[in-house]
Amino acid sequence: MSCNKQFINLMHKYLDGELTRTDENLLRSHLHSCQSCQKHFHELKRTTTLLKSSSELQPSSNFTEKVMASLPKEKKRVGYMRWFKAHPVITAAAIFFIFMFSSVFSAWDQDSQLSVSKDKNLIIQEDTVIVPEGVTVDGDLVVKNGNLKIDGSVNGNVVIINGEHLMASAGEISGEIEQVNQVFEWMWYHIKDITKNLFAFTNK
Amino acid sequence: METKIKEIIKQVKKGDQSAFEDVVTFYQNKVYQICFRVIGNAHEAEDLAQETFIRAYVNIHSFDDKRKFSTWLYRIATNISIDRIRKKKPDYFLDAEVKGTDGLDMYSQLPAEQLLPEEEVESLELQSYIQQEIMQLPTKYRSVIALRFVDELSLAEISEILSIPVGTVKTRIHRGREALRKRLRRV
Repeated sequence: MSCNKQFINLMHKYLDGELTRTDENLLRSHLHSCQSCQKHFHELKRTTTLLKSSSELQPSSNFTEKVMASLPKEKKRVGYMRWFKAHPVITAAAIFFIFMFSSVFSAWDQDSQLSVSKDKNLIIQEDTVIVPEGVTVDGDLVVKNGNLKIDGSVNGNVVIINGEHLMASAGEISGEIEQVNQVFEWMWYHIKDITKNLFAFTNK
Repeated sequence: METKIKEIIKQVKKGDQSAFEDVVTFYQNKVYQICFRVIGNAHEAEDLAQETFIRAYVNIHSFDDKRKFSTWLYRIATNISIDRIRKKKPDYFLDAEVKGTDGLDMYSQLPAEQLLPEEEVESLELQSYIQQEIMQLPTKYRSVIALRFVDELSLAEISEILSIPVGTVKTRIHRGREALRKRLRRV
């Protein structure tokens, strides 16, 4: 090739669409005068056209179906996981409630035995807990699965779960008396208890 | 079109698998052609194109909506195709660059104008002939040529897809074009 590399460079720039107006004029006037460069340029342009003519290259007609059929099936679990990731607060709340309810229910189911929070000086007859006359219970009193009869006095709150307060007597209770007999009441009591403890804890 | 594709991608991201069908239909020819230009064989090209779409679907969440989808997709296509060549080839002895030259490989040492005997009996249908000549180029030239001429991508886009500097893209296009000019002169 007799001609300067400079012109071949200009040809490539032209084909890349990066040629400035002045360079284009330069190239054009050179091509008019130089046969070998003209041939070179012609061949390059033809090459480009040949390379671009790839439109008849096509995949088989059922290509899309084949791809769609081989996509991994979206597993439900994956969908759930994505949802969980997108909503962390709701997920945390849901887990919290699941644990809380299960623990409350299991607690409800488990102890059908009579129990008292303090049995010092208290008399237990069958399923009745008696606070005898002259006895003072300091602090709260909780009776589970049994009735309560107060002849003495209680310096605090009384909670009776799954039982009754036998009112026949004239005992004294300085605090509140509360009876819990249904699952939901029991739950309500638990929730109140938890929050109360929580607040008591934070208040400290 | 690009905005419509973006809408479709959003649906796919939400888990609508059927929306992906439009993506495949729209890009299948381009992706196939890119793979074909790099790998040089229709059957394998189809296989690679299919893998490209599957990988795009599986990784759709890593696609950044602010960028151009085609760029992302073509990047997957070229990566998969180049990987395939790397895995399969015992012909590195021809693809290897000759020491002291940039981009010249052992092919350039072969008498250029003469077809190999097994190539002579092959049909000289134009496309397959062109492709045959493209296959004589090293892989890194083929991928640039494929991207440049299949979808007329800009030099900047090609540089982004292949993670190489624009200057390198330019050099490879120029050299590739020159090499093919010589080879396709007789067509």
